[in-house]
Amino acid sequence: MLRFVLTRVSLIIPTFIGLTLLTFILVRLIPGDPIEAMAGEHGLDPARHAQLLHEYGMDRPVLVQYAFYIERVLHGDLGISAVTHAPVIQEFSTLWPATIELSTCAMLFAILVGMPAGIIAAVKRNSIFDHGVMALSLGGYSMPIFWWGLLAILLFSSLLGWTPVSGRIDVQYYIEPTTGFLLIDSWNSDDPGAFWSALSHLVLPMIVLGTQPLATIARMTRSAMLEVLGEDYIRTARAKGVPPRRVVGLHALRNALIPVVTVIGLQVGSIFTGAILTETIFSWPGVGKWLVEGIFRRDYPVLQGGVLLLGIMVMTVNLTVDLLYGVINPRIRHAR
Amino acid sequence: MTADTTILGHPASEAAGAPPHPLREFWSYFSANPGAVAGLALILALILLALCAGIVAPHSPIVTHDDAFLRPPFWEEGGSLTYPLGTDSIGRDMLSRLIYGARLSLLIGVVVVILALVAGIILGLVAGFFEGVVGIAIMRLMDVFLTLPSLLLAIVIVAILGPGLANAMIAVAIVQLPNYVRLTRAAVISELAKDYVTASKVSGAGTLRLMFATVLPNCLAPLIVQASLGFSSAILDAAALGFLGLGAQPPQPEWGTMLADSRELMLRAWWAVTFPGLMILVTVLAFNLLGDGLRDAFDPKLKR
Repeated sequence: MLRFVLTRVSLIIPTFIGLTLLTFILVRLIPGDPIEAMAGEHGLDPARHAQLLHEYGMDRPVLVQYAFYIERVLHGDLGISAVTHAPVIQEFSTLWPATIELSTCAMLFAILVGMPAGIIAAVKRNSIFDHGVMALSLGGYSMPIFWWGLLAILLFSSLLGWTPVSGRIDVQYYIEPTTGFLLIDSWNSDDPGAFWSALSHLVLPMIVLGTQPLATIARMTRSAMLEVLGEDYIRTARAKGVPPRRVVGLHALRNALIPVVTVIGLQVGSIFTGAILTETIFSWPGVGKWLVEGIFRRDYPVLQGGVLLLGIMVMTVNLTVDLLYGVINPRIRHAR
Repeated sequence: MTADTTILGHPASEAAGAPPHPLREFWSYFSANPGAVAGLALILALILLALCAGIVAPHSPIVTHDDAFLRPPFWEEGGSLTYPLGTDSIGRDMLSRLIYGARLSLLIGVVVVILALVAGIILGLVAGFFEGVVGIAIMRLMDVFLTLPSLLLAIVIVAILGPGLANAMIAVAIVQLPNYVRLTRAAVISELAKDYVTASKVSGAGTLRLMFATVLPNCLAPLIVQASLGFSSAILDAAALGFLGLGAQPPQPEWGTMLADSRELMLRAWWAVTFPGLMILVTVLAFNLLGDGLRDAFDPKLKR
């Protein structure tokens, strides 16, 4: 097991180096002089320009600059926002919980609805329920998430008035951010209204962000279950008189889990893609909205640092999924 | 084989025992899937619409009509058949913009898929033929691309190149590149072990000939499926970039950009938000249906 973990962990090192190279090159490729971009419209005299070049190490060879960049990254220094002048890593860590809260809830929603839907569809193959699930999931899979968000606001917030339009909580509540997760923080506060306010703000973006993963998970669960349900050991279990629920829930589901877990892991990337759009639509104060605003403000340190950090997050999740396989499936753990 | 085709409703016209022509066999599997046929029909209709946009569209997509701001569709109070699906906030005809939008979206799909396919095939062939340093370098680079969420990578590339339709297409093509490279490389490696490749080598075929004339034609099936699915994600991603203001720029009638334009008017003019999104959904759905159908028709496991 230890050897399996070490091999998997060592595989992310080249990816990490590649990622830092990408973000390092990103800033070089942007047209124009970086010092002049930082100085803004005021302009600089040549002496000060040269001094700044030296201060930022930009008069050194590119490889040396890259080495310095890696050193700073490893020390957690990702530069300073050109707009707010706050350290990028500090801004990221303030906003990150909002993104995680939204993404986790969306993922849970997708798994808790998608897996049972897929299982029932497989068990009742070719029933109306099965066809309904497949049609809906094809629709959800093809849905442009930004349009779906606007429609949801139009229907549930404007027409029906069930949920608030934007933000994470009503302005009347002030919650001290201890964990950064508003659901937890507001639950711990003395005001029960705060929790309900946070929850009602979360529901709509959660459903919108969860739709695409839900569709994919339902489809994959159904096809994995169908494959497993045709196996001999399922027939044996049935013939032995094992109750149907136990056959489906224990014998079949366990063996259908591997492709499903793979797909759930792969959804993490698409969840972050969706979060960029969902946060923009619902004015959700998270990392995605921050990055999009960073582009329009030409805040390159934010873009560079944010992309690197998001990439690291995805890498970490992928690694976790890889390690989880080993736990679920001993054959993978002992291979090679 | 003959039995198969008869079961699927195609009387075997070939002499008994002779296998059907591959294309005919392919079509018999493809046409047995109603979803795939519906997808194909929708796509053909969209292509026709895009080609005849100049004839079908009642108005110009970018000319504004001063006397008709935010007209609702014809079946609503205040709407008229002059502007069947209403007008937007500066008086442009919605229907005409939607029709011309089909041109842009199909163009985006074609350009992105061709760019990604050509570059992906070349890189994949190289990575498959030269498994040393070159191959490893290419595959590691693709891994890095795959680490970043697709839209984030596209945003980064657009941030470097600057917003606009052409740059958005390049960005989306780069995002899709790893899929094609991986597929090509995997297919190439499994083909290289086969006897016909060795035979071709022995008879003196050069590397380029081996790559493009001998091996590549046998790797095409998965690439065709991926290209069809790539169409839908290209249209979706380009529309998302347009929606964020990083793709096609106004007054181009791109569906995602149209959505962004009318976002603020959502409560006053539902039609300006509903129809462009519906067009994106239908187009993406059609290509997904087609892709699923192609995959099933090409999959030998399902041909039992």
